Amino acid sequence: MKRQTNFFYLLGQGVKSTFKHGFMSFAAVCITVACLVIINSFVLICFNLNEMVEDLQRRAQMIAVVDEIYSEQEAKHLGSQINQIENVHKAEFRSNEESLQNYIRDYEDEASLFEGLASDSMRHQFIITLEDNSLVTQTKAEIEAVEGIVKVEANIGVSNALATLRTVIYIASIGVAAVLLLVSLIIISNTIKLTMMDRKEEIAIMKMVGATNSFIRLPFVVEGFLLGLFAALISFFIEWGLYEVILNAIAKTDLAFLTFVPFKTVFVAVVMSCGFAGFFVGIFGSLMSIRRFLKV
Amino acid sequence: MIDLIDVTKTYETGTHALNGIDMHIDDGEFVFLVGQSGSGKSTIIKLLTAELKPTSGSVLVNGYKLETIKRSRVPYLRRTLGVIFQDFRLIENKTVFENVAFAMRVVGASSREIKKRVPYVLELVGLENKARRYPNELSGGEQQRVAIARALVNNPTMIIADEPTGNLDPARSFEIMLLLEQINALGTTVMVVTHEKGLVDRFTKRVIAIDEGRVVSDGMDGYYSYEEAN
Repeated sequence: MKRQTNFFYLLGQGVKSTFKHGFMSFAAVCITVACLVIINSFVLICFNLNEMVEDLQRRAQMIAVVDEIYSEQEAKHLGSQINQIENVHKAEFRSNEESLQNYIRDYEDEASLFEGLASDSMRHQFIITLEDNSLVTQTKAEIEAVEGIVKVEANIGVSNALATLRTVIYIASIGVAAVLLLVSLIIISNTIKLTMMDRKEEIAIMKMVGATNSFIRLPFVVEGFLLGLFAALISFFIEWGLYEVILNAIAKTDLAFLTFVPFKTVFVAVVMSCGFAGFFVGIFGSLMSIRRFLKV
Repeated sequence: MIDLIDVTKTYETGTHALNGIDMHIDDGEFVFLVGQSGSGKSTIIKLLTAELKPTSGSVLVNGYKLETIKRSRVPYLRRTLGVIFQDFRLIENKTVFENVAFAMRVVGASSREIKKRVPYVLELVGLENKARRYPNELSGGEQQRVAIARALVNNPTMIIADEPTGNLDPARSFEIMLLLEQINALGTTVMVVTHEKGLVDRFTKRVIAIDEGRVVSDGMDGYYSYEEAN
């Protein structure tokens, strides 16, 4: 019963203290918000870049040319074999007639060149998109091994470059976010340390009258938790607002061709990221700063 | 009960603060610990409250062996002691009632127990009408009374007062000493660390004198016996 009484008393003390030391709490929340907005903005930029690269990769196509001795019906049957290859996302059949029409359409200024050209001068083709473009070499070889396919055209250099770019973005986003999180933790810890310097005497008195370390620690942890929570909420709404403003601004510029992920897609991820980072920074910031004051 | 046996304390700086002190204080005693600045009085208090560990020797306080005490047990030792300081050490943004109640909260007392005990202790120190005041609204003597109430509220077996009258005028100092004497009469051991000769000699109590980290006199003859020894 006593423990329960104390627990609620200490929770209350943590809440009271957050508001009592209003200016320091405000400073700590502002710094945390700034750090969280920077971290999340960076992660969102990386996320969007990654999506763009992935989109480019999806659009990167391979063309598999069917042996000319295959009729249209026979050639179509090869599609099921190609689709069975693990890394093939989609293999779309294009008949020689369609291929010719595409040529004519692409070179409409010189349409006279194609006059009288029969469709059988072209070959049946498959337009293939892949699941993972980093495996383009291996997949190309597997498609070439399908009987009836005589040639596979793929831009291996571009595919590999895109795959490398994705890996670089992925590693960079994790690395920079981790560094920014650590920097935030140190800044928050120092801010909370300042509030504790203010209450050094109070902690010393608590120790002298027989307070256990957990008794002293809990209100500070509650305070850190609340500060983290406030910072998480505020930073989330700022992030949301910023994202929408920037997207609208870009839509009015020459960069409008770029496709960005709408905020609702990343909503849950940003909520979780703000929440986790806020709690982590708040609670661990408090625990880190209080340690030295408990050695009395 | 306090038992110091051949206690030495050397700080990391190489300063020898205590050089083989032996001291025994029984339950219910009233003792003055006197000595000049740098004689080792503060080191003794820090040893008794487990802020420091002795370099060698044995320190026994209220059943706790302090040379080997675990850090987690220190709060429980301190709950058996009431410590009073020269600078009162009150929390400025808490009222008199809250300052005293705070010490009970620390040991897990319920609100009901606090509401019952705090007014009783404030009455004992003569501050029953100032419970809602803040420390800066009180005189030095009154602030020290709050500190005494805080030290008393958990019913400790021993009060350790470190220069409790250092910031007070002679009349208020005498009143505080009378209050401590009254507390001692109720059965609590009281140890007063001071260098106020006049005050010590107004009471016929045991006086332990320290100099250069050693006990130089121990008896009922007042402060003069210490001066004669030097």
